[in-house]
Amino acid sequence: MKEPDSKRKKNSKNKRQILTVTYLFVALFLAMMGYTCHYAITNRQELINNSYNGRQEILTAQNTRGTIYAAGGQVLAETQTDEDGGETRVYPYANLFAHAVGYASNGKYGIEAAGNYYLINSNAKLADKVANDMEGVKYPGDNVFTTLDVDLQEVASQSLGIYKGAVIVTEPSTGRILAMVSKPDFDPNQIDEMWDDLIRDKESTVLLNRVTQGLYPPGSTFKIVTALEYIRENPDTYNQYRYQCSGRFTHGEDSINCYHKTVHGSEDFAKSFAKSCNSSFANIGIGLDRARFGSTLRQLLFNEELPVTFAYNQSRLTIDGDTPDSEIIQVAIGQGVAQITPLHLNMITCAIANNGMLMKPYLVDCVKNYEGNIIRQFNPDTYKRLMSEEEAAALNGLMQEVVKSGTGTKLSGLPYTAAGKTGSAEYNSVKTDSHAWFTGFAPAEDPEICVTIIIEGAGSGGDYAVPIAKRIFNAYFDV
Amino acid sequence: MELYITELSKYFITLFIALYTLECFLVFRIQDEEKRSGCYMRQNLLMFLVHFSCFLVICFETGNVEYLLFYILQQILLFATIVLFRMIYPRGNRLIINNMCMLLSIGFVILSRLSFEKAIKQFFIVTVSVIVSMIIPYFIHKLRFLKSLTWIYAAVGIAAIGIVLILGSTTYGSKISYSVAGVTFQPSEFVKIIFVFFLASALYESHGFLRVVLTAVLAGIYVLILVASRDLGSALIFFVVFVMMVFIATGNWLYLFLGGAGGCGAAMLAYRFFTHVQVRVQAWRDPFSCIDDAGYQITQSLFAISSGGWFGLGLFRGTPDSIPFVEADFVFSAVTEELGIAFSMCMILICISCFIAFMNISVRLKDKFYQLIAFGLGVTYIFQVFLTVGGGTKFIPMTGVTLPLISYGGSSVLTTLVMFFIIEGLYIIRQEEGAKRVKKKKRKQRAERTEYEGTRLEAEEEQQK
Repeated sequence: MKEPDSKRKKNSKNKRQILTVTYLFVALFLAMMGYTCHYAITNRQELINNSYNGRQEILTAQNTRGTIYAAGGQVLAETQTDEDGGETRVYPYANLFAHAVGYASNGKYGIEAAGNYYLINSNAKLADKVANDMEGVKYPGDNVFTTLDVDLQEVASQSLGIYKGAVIVTEPSTGRILAMVSKPDFDPNQIDEMWDDLIRDKESTVLLNRVTQGLYPPGSTFKIVTALEYIRENPDTYNQYRYQCSGRFTHGEDSINCYHKTVHGSEDFAKSFAKSCNSSFANIGIGLDRARFGSTLRQLLFNEELPVTFAYNQSRLTIDGDTPDSEIIQVAIGQGVAQITPLHLNMITCAIANNGMLMKPYLVDCVKNYEGNIIRQFNPDTYKRLMSEEEAAALNGLMQEVVKSGTGTKLSGLPYTAAGKTGSAEYNSVKTDSHAWFTGFAPAEDPEICVTIIIEGAGSGGDYAVPIAKRIFNAYFDV
Repeated sequence: MELYITELSKYFITLFIALYTLECFLVFRIQDEEKRSGCYMRQNLLMFLVHFSCFLVICFETGNVEYLLFYILQQILLFATIVLFRMIYPRGNRLIINNMCMLLSIGFVILSRLSFEKAIKQFFIVTVSVIVSMIIPYFIHKLRFLKSLTWIYAAVGIAAIGIVLILGSTTYGSKISYSVAGVTFQPSEFVKIIFVFFLASALYESHGFLRVVLTAVLAGIYVLILVASRDLGSALIFFVVFVMMVFIATGNWLYLFLGGAGGCGAAMLAYRFFTHVQVRVQAWRDPFSCIDDAGYQITQSLFAISSGGWFGLGLFRGTPDSIPFVEADFVFSAVTEELGIAFSMCMILICISCFIAFMNISVRLKDKFYQLIAFGLGVTYIFQVFLTVGGGTKFIPMTGVTLPLISYGGSSVLTTLVMFFIIEGLYIIRQEEGAKRVKKKKRKQRAERTEYEGTRLEAEEEQQK
């Protein structure tokens, strides 16, 4: 007996619809499964560091916290266990790495926080874990090997002396951070005893890492950015720029003075930059396309997230078509509303040194288990191009001129060629008070290291920051 | 020693369940149930291995002999279920029974780990439920009048959840249960089945516009009562099942789109007017901003899911107990933490395998009423899995429903077992439909042959003459 045609047709249509619903649900589940795996695996570290996550305590109870090493193999932080099983975290260099390595109690900070996941986990061999179980000893946690260089860190710290300020030294071609000093500092061995006092004192900035979180007016170092924008807008003619400096630039009711009212006289683009002539740069600033300037700033990561895995503050500066003349002449010389962290300025400088390409800055080189087998290797990682190779080369040339004939001559006459830019950022109305800035690299032909220095309230960059850069470069090149 | 067992068993358990899951899907490539026998035997072996390895770890970790005894009881129950079912219903579908037992055994493992008392209680309920459900396929098969009880289903279902709304006890903001003689029931679980029967009987014959509207009104009452009881998860399940079943019954895509649009509209209204809906959506979008209150459960669940990695921390090595209501609503997260993501993904795939088996049965059933039942129960099952897994992993907002067969909860497990056995009943019906057709075909062939032989004989006779 045959079914009527219409009924059969309906039946097969019905079948198709049931199958459609089936596929729909299967697809939905596949999406959900993919999402779940991805979420769980990629967020594993971040979630385990959350203070609401009790699993951290299980791991700390199970494993002895791992050791943190400098690039040269020196111990920067280790856990010592006494006979009764009591544990103490010891920092052999005391204050020296306070902000870079941080501390592991009272909330975590520095590499102790960033590398926490690795330090509290143990990839010891199963047989060793069993042996430890027998003896009733905790498993050895994994060790973190940093990119930090003890010698450079010492030079940087000693050079800053009693000043408040920050120094960061990096490798532009890889993004490795070689030194990171912020002052005032503290002794992480004493953190538990000091904690209450530090927290009670709301004015204290001892616990602030000025390298990554200190926001400063960039001062004349910002002329790097202004110069980049001018080169972008006048790629073929910027070398024909001429200006007659009278020590003062006046636009309507607003005026800009050169540092200490110096009269620079007749100058071209390179001399304006080398001498850090405020009047000339205010003049350049007023002619810039502000909307384009705004997009260059975004490209250079102002008001943007930085590609780093530790805590930092975003630099602040917005320019658009509505920015008034009175503001743009201030911004062009790095005064006014602009705020930048030493880390961010260092990244821009690194990009110039690395032909325009920014590498992601990083502090942890690799993680090894207690036997020295590599658990995780962090390789240099390109972030993105901040400027073209031509632009980077032009800026490099301008920065070499600063050292040769401008405000950075204290770095000249050395076996290596340095390049950089100084800054003296005024931070209040009393004209003599300024932060001393220097950002630069060496050797200029094939940059190996890049330093950024700020000394709070010291005076001019050329007098106070450049000598520190010199000491660091000398230490690095063994001069 | 324990460490060796825990660490190595992690990989073995994952391997066993992965192979089991593979068989779950390979079996679909074989059409003939008889030839699937090899697959089923391997599945039973792998299920035994997973269950055994898990309890081996539990015994070593706790050093408690009670777990060993408990394990033996469970093994007897699972073994008896598989063997008895095969004896009573030789024509039954063994894939569904295997998957059911596999999921039950995972449930026993994780509940034993979370709370021994609750696991014992659950075991008792499961035993009773299996015995009760075992007779269902027989009745489904015999009771032909089930098709004509449309309005009775509607009335019973609405009454059951209506009573809870009025008299039920409030647990954590939802009125979903009431207690009789010390036993707490959650009627919205059982009503899921009644609801599917109601829709199937209302729509299998006539699905004109008026019929659909009438059905929609009654289904709407169900959903509204559940919304008023603040049982949003169940309300959502009922709604989706309604839309899907109307779509299949009428074959009209318009109803699917109308239902989808209506659902979105209703969700938007609910978000605007109910603060508890807003709180849940907020906790879904950014649970870490409200980690102290609304986001606490979900963030703890996320911690659990992320901490185990592919192979898990090992049983008793994590802290799944930090998630509130872990044994009911967040059992998936507990499994993921201690047995690993790979394991829990296999578990989801086993659920999908059940769903595909249900849909296969639905597609092949000739009788529209039975077809709608199989389809409706399948959607109910899989959508509930979706809500609980998705809610625990922040894929969708949390609704607080159980993971069928694995979560702690008597009403939930009894309902799911009944659903599974109803589908077994439908499978047997479909086998007989098929057998009848084959018989008819054979009879016809035989008749034709006799006719042919008859004529040949006649011809020969004539020749002889």
